[in-house]
Amino acid sequence: MKKIIFYFLVSSFFILGCSSDNDVKLQNTKITINFNHSWEDEKVTKDDFNDVKFTNKNGEKVSIEKYRYLLSNIRLVDANNIETKLSDYLLINVGEEKNLSFSTEQLILEGTYSLQFNFGFSGEDNEKDYNDLNSVNFNVPSDSPLNGGYHYMQFDGKYTSSSTTTPAPFNYHAVKAEDIKNPAQPTPREPRDTSFGVTFSDILVNEGGEVIINVNSNIAEWFENPHTWDLNKLNTVLMPDYDAQILMNENGQSVFSLQTDM
Amino acid sequence: MKMDNQFSVYKQICKLSYLLFFLLLLSCSSEKNEQEDEGYTPVFVSLESPQLFRDKIIAPVIPENNPLTKEGIALGKKLFFDKILSKNNTVSCATCHNPKKAFTDNLQFSKGINDNLGTRNSMPLFNLAWNFDERFAWDGKEFGLEEQAFEPVTNHLEMNSNWKEVANKLQNHTEYPTLFKQAFGDTPIDSNLVVKAIAQFERTLISGNSKFDKFLRGEIELSPEEENGFAVFIDEARGDCFHCHGSEKNPLWTDNKFHNNGLDTNFSDIGLGAVTGDPNDNGKFRTPSLRNLEFTAPYMHDGRFSTLEEVIDHYSEGLQFSTTIDPLMKKIDKGGTQLTNKDKKDLKAFLLSLSDYDFINNSSFNP
Ligand code: HEC
Ligand code: HEC
Repeated sequence: MKKIIFYFLVSSFFILGCSSDNDVKLQNTKITINFNHSWEDEKVTKDDFNDVKFTNKNGEKVSIEKYRYLLSNIRLVDANNIETKLSDYLLINVGEEKNLSFSTEQLILEGTYSLQFNFGFSGEDNEKDYNDLNSVNFNVPSDSPLNGGYHYMQFDGKYTSSSTTTPAPFNYHAVKAEDIKNPAQPTPREPRDTSFGVTFSDILVNEGGEVIINVNSNIAEWFENPHTWDLNKLNTVLMPDYDAQILMNENGQSVFSLQTDM
Repeated sequence: MKMDNQFSVYKQICKLSYLLFFLLLLSCSSEKNEQEDEGYTPVFVSLESPQLFRDKIIAPVIPENNPLTKEGIALGKKLFFDKILSKNNTVSCATCHNPKKAFTDNLQFSKGINDNLGTRNSMPLFNLAWNFDERFAWDGKEFGLEEQAFEPVTNHLEMNSNWKEVANKLQNHTEYPTLFKQAFGDTPIDSNLVVKAIAQFERTLISGNSKFDKFLRGEIELSPEEENGFAVFIDEARGDCFHCHGSEKNPLWTDNKFHNNGLDTNFSDIGLGAVTGDPNDNGKFRTPSLRNLEFTAPYMHDGRFSTLEEVIDHYSEGLQFSTTIDPLMKKIDKGGTQLTNKDKKDLKAFLLSLSDYDFINNSSFNP
């Protein structure tokens, strides 16, 4: 019992300490990130799934049936490069409405920060085991030429075009780029980490305030910029397609944006 | 860690002290519980998860209001095998869920009371506590194992009983009243206790020791055929089975989600669509685990395929288009990815390496 009283005293001392120290302006701040999705300017939710109704830059009509992706090392970074980690990783699943909004309480100084995260796991992070991701089959088989790790994104749907009138499937799966050895490719290129970093600056943290950050993914960008994606040519079996993975990496850079007017 | 050191230490201490404070609050409020039930106290047990399950996937689902106890499990097992749950004492759960068949039967449609035929293939029962979304049956219509166990007892085609009658029979039985008392205390026997006990038993049905498990644990080698079969399974251009059925990091060999795997153009059973009312779900059924296929023929929700060859032919060249077909089903105009005969054979060999003989021979699952 003495021990308990001791802990009680010590911990209440610290709690008091935490809230009354003006010099550091350390405050418990609720930070919420909403992950919104759109096709160009049109909001996309799971209610928009399963309908071949979007048109991509190349002119194909497209439906979305699965859209889930992984963001890792989500953090706020201040002007002195001091990082406050918000989350190690999040698997955002639009169809199942999982992790569309993420909140955390952080002791953080007031000031201006940038929000930074990675699309997918980069480097060594992609070599660890994540039981929650394994449980939803988000891993990439390691016994294959793809060499394990995790998907960065699974974007599945169907498309129609002038040459494909019955809706045909596409599996726009982003993973690290592994060149598969085959007769046509006797000396494979070096594997490439095709995850990429995203940074949004000017995130204001006010004293005692709640910070709400709206991140939008414009799904159309995957097919658009800088490479006009041709679903007639690149639709399925893209995981072992080194070149397709590089294109995804380059098109992905413009997918995410900060929404200011929400 | 790029954070300024002093600052970070301070932050940690603050966090810690909050934690301590809450822990204290918690510990203050949890002292009374133990005095409540007098007499017999059931012995709590924890599920013995196989090593690969512990290493690779998240923890099993065990509802807080139905913790596993030695007595509960034993009672559940007795009930599972007891025909007393059916109207005329002719059918038990095990009639359609036979331990030797990985807890299914080998009929296309199971025979219930008076030899009535249902419309779906009986499902094998194992690793049920790892169905994280807890959506049971082929179409996910039952939420939770306890909830599921209510269904067969009153189903007219299956056991055709009613709970009042069942409770009466159990109450007047020579052994059950004591067994219920040992498992659940003085609560009167009713449907809730019956399903709780059965669900406890069902959660102990764990299959995790197939040849492939042993291979993953580094204990044995696969044959070249099994190895190639697994390569087909995880190759997007050939089998591409892993996106739904999982691979070496998911010992469940299912995602427990709902898909249309291209069986039909028109559906006689719309599956998930009937549960959600959403036409986009028509023709979707829950992905079954690929463990123990050796014992569980025939296959699919309607038991339409009697062999694994037929299943593999279906994925290879038998796919039927419908608007809800899963986008993972490729080259539908050609019926599929057209596996070579060798790849088909090897794929089958791999699938059979997921047979768990220890599971079907486990004597603690016998009546
Ligand atoms: C007449 C045969 C029959 C009997 C008797 C029967 N079942 Fe079943 N069981 C089935 C069929 C068929 C299904 C699939 C039902 C569906 O999808 O609509 C099933 C499904 C299940 C499932 C779902 C498994 C999963 O992975 O989703 C569980 C659990 C189950 N039964 C347990 C029981 C229990 C417990 C009893 C006894 C109280 C019982 N069954 C009695 C035929 C039977
Ligand atoms: C899009 C997800 C998906 C993919 C990919 C997939 N399956 Fe399935 N599989 C299912 C679903 C859903 C069912 C149940 C369908 C039904 O009964 O209507 C099923 C059923 C089966 C069954 C029957 C099991 C039983 O107990 O009845 C086997 C065997 C099987 N699949 C093997 C495979 C193989 C081998 C591959 C790769 C060639 C594969 N599956 C690819 C979703 C998938």
